[in-house]
Amino acid sequence: MRAVARLVAHPDGRGGTRLTELAGEPPLLLRRTGHRGPVAEVYVVGAAAGPLAGDDLRLEIEVTTGAAVRVHTVAASVALPGRVGATSRMMVSARVHPGAALHWLPEQTVAAAGCAHLAESRVEVAEGATLTWRDELICGRHAEEPGDAVLHTVVDLAGRPLLRQTLAVGPQAPGWSGPAVLGGAPATGSLLVLHPDRPADPPWVHPGGTAARLPLAGGPATLWTATAPDAHTLRSHLEP
Amino acid sequence: MTPSTLLLLLADGRFPAGAHAHSGGLEAAVGAGRVTDLATLAAFLRGRLATAGLVGAAFAAAAHRAAGQPDRAGLLALLDAELDARTAAEALRRVSRRQGRALLRAGKAVWPTAGFADLPTAGGGPHQPLVLGLLSAAAGLTRPETALTAAYQTVTGAASAGVRLLGLDPYRVQALLVDLAAACDRTAAEADRAAGEPPWRLPAAAAPLADIHAEVHATWEVRLFAS
Amino acid sequence: MRPEPTPSPRPQPTGQTGYPEHDETVPHTHPEPGVDPHAPLAAAGRALRVGIGGPVGSGKTALVAALCRAFADELRLGVVTNDIYTTEDADFLRRAGVLDPDRIRAVETGCCPHTAIRDDIGANLDAVDELEETFGALDLVLVESGGDNLTATFSRGLVDRQIFVVDVAGGDKVPRKGGPGVTAADLLVINKTDLAPLVGADLQVMDRDSRARRGDLPTVFLSIVQDRQAGQVADWVRHELAHHRAAQATGVPAGRG
Repeated sequence: MRAVARLVAHPDGRGGTRLTELAGEPPLLLRRTGHRGPVAEVYVVGAAAGPLAGDDLRLEIEVTTGAAVRVHTVAASVALPGRVGATSRMMVSARVHPGAALHWLPEQTVAAAGCAHLAESRVEVAEGATLTWRDELICGRHAEEPGDAVLHTVVDLAGRPLLRQTLAVGPQAPGWSGPAVLGGAPATGSLLVLHPDRPADPPWVHPGGTAARLPLAGGPATLWTATAPDAHTLRSHLEP
Repeated sequence: MTPSTLLLLLADGRFPAGAHAHSGGLEAAVGAGRVTDLATLAAFLRGRLATAGLVGAAFAAAAHRAAGQPDRAGLLALLDAELDARTAAEALRRVSRRQGRALLRAGKAVWPTAGFADLPTAGGGPHQPLVLGLLSAAAGLTRPETALTAAYQTVTGAASAGVRLLGLDPYRVQALLVDLAAACDRTAAEADRAAGEPPWRLPAAAAPLADIHAEVHATWEVRLFAS
Repeated sequence: MRPEPTPSPRPQPTGQTGYPEHDETVPHTHPEPGVDPHAPLAAAGRALRVGIGGPVGSGKTALVAALCRAFADELRLGVVTNDIYTTEDADFLRRAGVLDPDRIRAVETGCCPHTAIRDDIGANLDAVDELEETFGALDLVLVESGGDNLTATFSRGLVDRQIFVVDVAGGDKVPRKGGPGVTAADLLVINKTDLAPLVGADLQVMDRDSRARRGDLPTVFLSIVQDRQAGQVADWVRHELAHHRAAQATGVPAGRG
């Protein structure tokens, strides 16, 4: 399946946010569910299981100056095997203009046994914009070894690189579950918080030694990174 | 001297660039109880090679490529920012720049005419892979040789720290490195290929525990290694 | 229990202070007028760098602290430590309150303290650079090695002069055993002379053996508990510093040439 969804947000002139485009196609449908103050709330509604290898899903988000959007997904997405030799792709690209805010807070991606999945995020943030961006990966369903999954995140701030990271798990990723990468943890993820008026806090490590707060070099941004024994614990480290 | 001898000289842990004081994150992994023996050391090295090894080798190769370009300073500045964006942990950025500074000191003494002045100066020293790329170019190494040197060093440094920290049998640790040799070659080849891409597309292989371990290690009051 | 006074330029067993800048009665290293056996001193305009090495527990850190006390109001000072456990010696010095804590830098040595001062000296040179970047010009930088064995010496690329510290509790045969520290250091300090009666060490034997090993290079007997400013060592440093400055002033290296 191929699907493209698009979300464009503008200020509504009354201190709120108006969604001028909110269009999707199965299995990638978008629903506005309300707002929290000036922030419009949108859910991505998966209309089918998957993604299956071979699926190509794209979501484009644009938030213009003065608008604010929070995007959730209704459920975890489970990357599943499909056509032999094919890869499933989920690409989210976002552009956040000066003075705009985007909070991308989806549910987890689960890499099921035998999957071949690429989750790609490309975010362009202007100077003075606010961004929250969360990615969570669960390696395999219950008591299952994951297939191959790659989480690739590219964030630019004012045209300069802020964050580039590619996390690969599965049989094609040497040492991924070993002590240099995940240390046997089946859940991992990160939360990027970029706030133009708030300098990043200094590094800090959770006493358990599995989560850390990392101030980035390229701007007033912090990356929370975590490994965990389960999705619930992971989320507790990555709540904005 | 022929280029092959220079390759050996640059890759040698005895090249005075401070490698002996760095464990490549192994000391923290040992401290966390995650590396305890040969098997866990092997898994550590494999993961490190595929993440930090690939990224470091790609940036060294990209810097080698930049050395021959007209806008060398501009390219190196871009590579510096791109590598920062791939190094989420401040402690790891600091370590890379400190190691870069140490390598630069050796490089300036040995190849005084190389274009080190084009390296970015802000932030406590240039990133190590960038210095390695320029230095390798000055020494006449090829780009694949540069990538190989970088990949090789990411595993040998940590392996040698493993011998010192865990008292492992040095013969068996060498055997483990021999087992890794093919993977190291592949990583270097991949890094060399990637270096032909624009900087933003260079590999960005991440390792959450490397970041976490590095920040934990930076808080230790008593440690044997600088990283 | 101390050795009999020996002809000049052998050290006297008690600490002395207040020498003029270049006093020929101070133990130092040119045996004949006009011939200076020093290695060439480094480029003009920078601090004299003095390495302090020696086995574990011989009193290197105590000597650094004593010299900090001696030079507190006299010299612009920096200290670099190379401890096995990274910052332990630096922390000791900071707690001792003998020097502004920021003027003490610790270098991590990855289990190989001798490598950091001899084979691969970049981290130490970085630490010296950082001190000078932070505090401007310095007169003297003391570089303390991590406790190691008798074979550890400093690279001439790192320090201009080196002091090797052994102690009487290590046994009075240490000077006879030799090793590059004992035989070639610019100054050999035999520390803890106050313990000699307790450990049965014969200082005369140590004096005779070190003389045999070291030729004209000076040796100082010291008890830091009795001489908290290590007077003779401080005087030796002053003397070497005078040479260093003279070389800077004339632009001519004070070396053998």
